[in-house]
Amino acid sequence: MSADSDTDQTILKTPLNDLHRALGGRMVPFAGYDMPVQFDGIMAEHTHTRTAAGLFDVSHMGQVRLVGDGADAALERLIPSNMKELKPGKQRYSLFLNDAGGILDDLMITRREDDLLLVVNAACKDADIAHLTAAMPTGIAVVPMPERALLALQGPDAVSVLDALVPGVAELTFMTSGSFDWDGADLWISRSGYTGEDGCEISVPEARAVALAEALLADARVKPIGLGARDSLRLEAGLCLYGHDIDTTTSPVEANLQWAMQKRRREAGDFPGGERILRELAEGPTRRRVGLKPEGRAPIREGAAILEADGRNVGTITSGGFGPSVGGPVAMGYVETALAEPGTALFAEQRGKSLPLQVATLPFSPHNYKR
Amino acid sequence: MSDRKYTKDHEWIDVSGGEATIGISDYAQDQLGDVVYVDLPDVGQQVEKGAEAAVIESVKAASEVYAPATGEVTARNDALDDNPALVNESAEGDGWFYRMKLSNMSDLDGLMDAEAYAAYLEALD
Repeated sequence: MSADSDTDQTILKTPLNDLHRALGGRMVPFAGYDMPVQFDGIMAEHTHTRTAAGLFDVSHMGQVRLVGDGADAALERLIPSNMKELKPGKQRYSLFLNDAGGILDDLMITRREDDLLLVVNAACKDADIAHLTAAMPTGIAVVPMPERALLALQGPDAVSVLDALVPGVAELTFMTSGSFDWDGADLWISRSGYTGEDGCEISVPEARAVALAEALLADARVKPIGLGARDSLRLEAGLCLYGHDIDTTTSPVEANLQWAMQKRRREAGDFPGGERILRELAEGPTRRRVGLKPEGRAPIREGAAILEADGRNVGTITSGGFGPSVGGPVAMGYVETALAEPGTALFAEQRGKSLPLQVATLPFSPHNYKR
Repeated sequence: MSDRKYTKDHEWIDVSGGEATIGISDYAQDQLGDVVYVDLPDVGQQVEKGAEAAVIESVKAASEVYAPATGEVTARNDALDDNPALVNESAEGDGWFYRMKLSNMSDLDGLMDAEAYAAYLEALD
């Protein structure tokens, strides 16, 4: 979910930084953090995650608690999703919206017994915390959790690996979560992720993060995975990257994320930008986010213009690269709504060449969630 | 040792008679990671020293490859179309990019030999 932005400030490190280096990670600056882009190689890491289990350090992301009676109703004023109906242990994807109906960030929200737990993008977390703090009424606290790390274990073997260490995890279903004890450490584990595979995200006290990562890596089915494969996995899964596929200029309807807006909210339109979003729901948006499959072997990158056969500009590529599981290039972008039907033949302009591509159904690689 | 020369941008060039073979160094392929596509110049195309002659796509990003000398392209490595991973497996062998007829042998002046390139890489780390 997160966007990259290098800063001039001192680079931040997650609790796993030394471990990444010891494992041979190639480190790059990402959203202000020193993060591994790859270990064995993006292709091998991608394939390993789709066939066994990949361990990701996502501790750079923001974990934030909202505490206080009425936190659900207060949060609803910033997002277009149902919070009041969200049952304890359930997790939901949502979007912070601005008054124009643009997307300020995308996030995961879980209702726990005593709070709402939010996970937000690294590059947006300071702005998100300020946004929340300004919006929450007296009596509702915004509590960042820098004392906790976040690991993701993803892939068909992920839950079996984790359940062997933390019995009971296998009973979670997709988008549910719970509190678990591991060797005296309190973990918060959700069955969700950002790869399209089955798996979990594990919130762990930072002092125990390395020990937990090492315990997971001790299982032969688990390998460390860098940001490069995280990006190719999420792109094949058709998942948005904030700052690229969605930003303040894109609405949830344009982004094809209207499923994140439940019925009560869609009917009421009682969220920032509600007027625009209700209009787009009723009349259709002028453009849509779609999957795009280049016909050749050349990856088509973010920023390339999308053209019709007559050369008319009809959109832009927002994410593009090589899909190791697909075995070829894959992309996402925005096109005029009339051209958003799968199978529509279009072109992308890159390095002075016009490359044929087709609107494709997302995801490129099927989701393997355990519902 | 061959008389292979290297550029600071990590291309190599082998000259035999008036013809040269060009590729990227093993160090460069390792930095790029998995190569998934190589956009090679066409036979007959003129390339100019220091200008973009090819583009190499890894999973993560596209990178330009500059011509180490000026001249006309006489061959391209068609094997890279079907198997771009050859660049990772054999950057300084079967993973060559293109051949060219050199316009000026003096373009090679100032390029590094293998020993100087190794020292150059050492200084980069």
